[in-house]
Amino acid sequence: MADDDRWIHTPPRESATFDRATIAEIHRAAATGIYDIRGFGAKRKLPHFDDLLFLGASISRYPLEGYREKCGTNVILGTRFAKTPIELKIPITIAGMSFGSLSAPAKEALGRGASAVGTSTTTGDGGMTPEERAASSLLVYQYLPSRYGMEPDQIRKADAIEIVVGQGAKPGGGGMLLGQKISDRVAKMRTLPPGIDQRSACRHPDWTGPDDLEIKILELREITGWEKPIYVKVGAARPYYDTALAVKAGADVVVLDGMQGGTAATQDIFIEHCGLPTLAAIRPAVKALTELDMHRKVQLIVSGGIRNGADVAKALALGADAVSIGTAALIALGDNHPRWEDEYRKLGTTAGSYDDWHEGRDPAGITTQDPELTKRLDPIAAGKRLANYLSVLTLECQTIARANGKSHVHNLEPEDLVALTIEAAAMAGVPLAGTDWIPGRGSRD
Amino acid sequence: MSPAMDGMRSAPATRNTRLDLAELTLRQVNETLQKAEAGDFVITHPRGAHALGAGLMSPIGVSIEGHVGYYCGGMNQHANIVINGNAGTGVAENMMSGRVHVKGDASQSAGATGCGGLLVIDGNASARLGISLRGLDIVVKGSIGHMAAFMAQAGNIVVLGDAGDALGDSIYEARLFVRGKVASLGTDCIAKEMREEHRVLLRGLLDAAGIGPEVDVAEFTRYGSARTLYHFHIDNLGSY
Repeated sequence: MADDDRWIHTPPRESATFDRATIAEIHRAAATGIYDIRGFGAKRKLPHFDDLLFLGASISRYPLEGYREKCGTNVILGTRFAKTPIELKIPITIAGMSFGSLSAPAKEALGRGASAVGTSTTTGDGGMTPEERAASSLLVYQYLPSRYGMEPDQIRKADAIEIVVGQGAKPGGGGMLLGQKISDRVAKMRTLPPGIDQRSACRHPDWTGPDDLEIKILELREITGWEKPIYVKVGAARPYYDTALAVKAGADVVVLDGMQGGTAATQDIFIEHCGLPTLAAIRPAVKALTELDMHRKVQLIVSGGIRNGADVAKALALGADAVSIGTAALIALGDNHPRWEDEYRKLGTTAGSYDDWHEGRDPAGITTQDPELTKRLDPIAAGKRLANYLSVLTLECQTIARANGKSHVHNLEPEDLVALTIEAAAMAGVPLAGTDWIPGRGSRD
Repeated sequence: MSPAMDGMRSAPATRNTRLDLAELTLRQVNETLQKAEAGDFVITHPRGAHALGAGLMSPIGVSIEGHVGYYCGGMNQHANIVINGNAGTGVAENMMSGRVHVKGDASQSAGATGCGGLLVIDGNASARLGISLRGLDIVVKGSIGHMAAFMAQAGNIVVLGDAGDALGDSIYEARLFVRGKVASLGTDCIAKEMREEHRVLLRGLLDAAGIGPEVDVAEFTRYGSARTLYHFHIDNLGSY
């Protein structure tokens, strides 16, 4: 057979190292001279809850009847020191997201959705809006390094306080709210001129380190009469030590945010290359709590990439008391919905990939302050969507818990899990499926 | 009646009610102050207590006889607090209104994120005075440390002595008035013209702090934002 052109030339071969996305980013960087900023969380493939499986019941474990036998889902947070702990009906909370990064209707919708199913939502940079407080039966007040909009009267109106040390998308990073999202209302709440870029600090202005944090917690307790639970939120960086130090400082609750956790605006390189995957962060934190005899006494909330009831159940089985969702909650409100595909195309993206949340041009009216775009989000309808989604997560989690013979979702345990990969087995501290091998720990026995 | 709570059970508008931290807990003292709607209180034996007088909400008078720890007068609303001693980190942090007067020196982050009212420090103040200031006025009769007014958004800082390194780094719209030397200015902070409106403002602040005409506003230099970093731009990379 005579050779033709097909066999003379080597067919196009893409580089695994310089793949299309990498080459596109180099071209973009060369053209602009500036790093890429975006919202959302880590998009790279990471070891995650999908790498774990529940075993289900067997001869030695009998299941509970679906839709019949009780499987509790309530969580009480703040039992260590607070005079008034808060009780959630479901083990899923709404993570802190700011008015400024999100529209007022979006914040209201988060409150409506969370309240409908008996859980809490959380403020963010810029303080508390009246809409958010009115719509939220349980509202956690974030105490952030920037202190934008932070006022003692707002603290007193909150049901709990969350001191934010860091977040999973950018542990060690501050934030930037670009000028196009600084509307007159946002500017007034943050005591800044409208339209300028607003930098959120990465460190607290009046405390540094665990010893100072202990005194800061004392101050907040004194200001609120020791009534409210105080959470400490950390990005997953050194979860064993950070959890231990938060406990030492007097936290009622530790919030641990893995690197899949979302952000309103951060450098892509930061999002993708700093922090620990959520899966890798939980067991060290639980280990610290257990060693201090504080597991279940100081509650652990885990966030970062929670998508379905299986993720919730797996996080709880690894030792969390509750989980928190941010990105998934925005999607439930309508973020990245195909109904806006034409407009996503105009922005150079597509439904499912839109992440320029910092630019304030969100077609869904969620990550924007544009008055016309904001009108698109009906807080009542969006709140209902979120409530539906939270209900599904809860039902899914209960389904798995019952199948594993648990009468409360908190009874899920590492023994119910196996891992599909060696990496996940090592990170989660559960055996590789079909073996009794836990990498780094020997066998389960 | 316990001497430690002398006067506490009298009429609401009390005069010089004494609260002794040698005998009462911090919670007892703070709760008494937080619930009071009027009156004057004297706190004895503070012994460096943290969060003393934090979260006050009414126009009461509080005189503290000694040194205090962190966050004295934190988030103050309306109260007039006098510290007859030195103050630890974060005195009057996030103050909303009222007045806090430190008769001695103040540690770092004094007046941090303060939104309103007046903080007067008779002695020196350490690093990060007025960091992230949001409307509080601060008058320091001595000198101040480095990184004062970092990212300060609004409010006024008056310094009769010298200022340390990186004054006003990344400052937004706060105004700084320094009579002495400035070791160095921070990023985007520049000396500015003192116009009549600023002289009037400064005189008013000095008067409010009890500083007489022997201190001439003409001796001060005004500093503020050059506003070159208000929008992120790659040409400013060297400043970030």
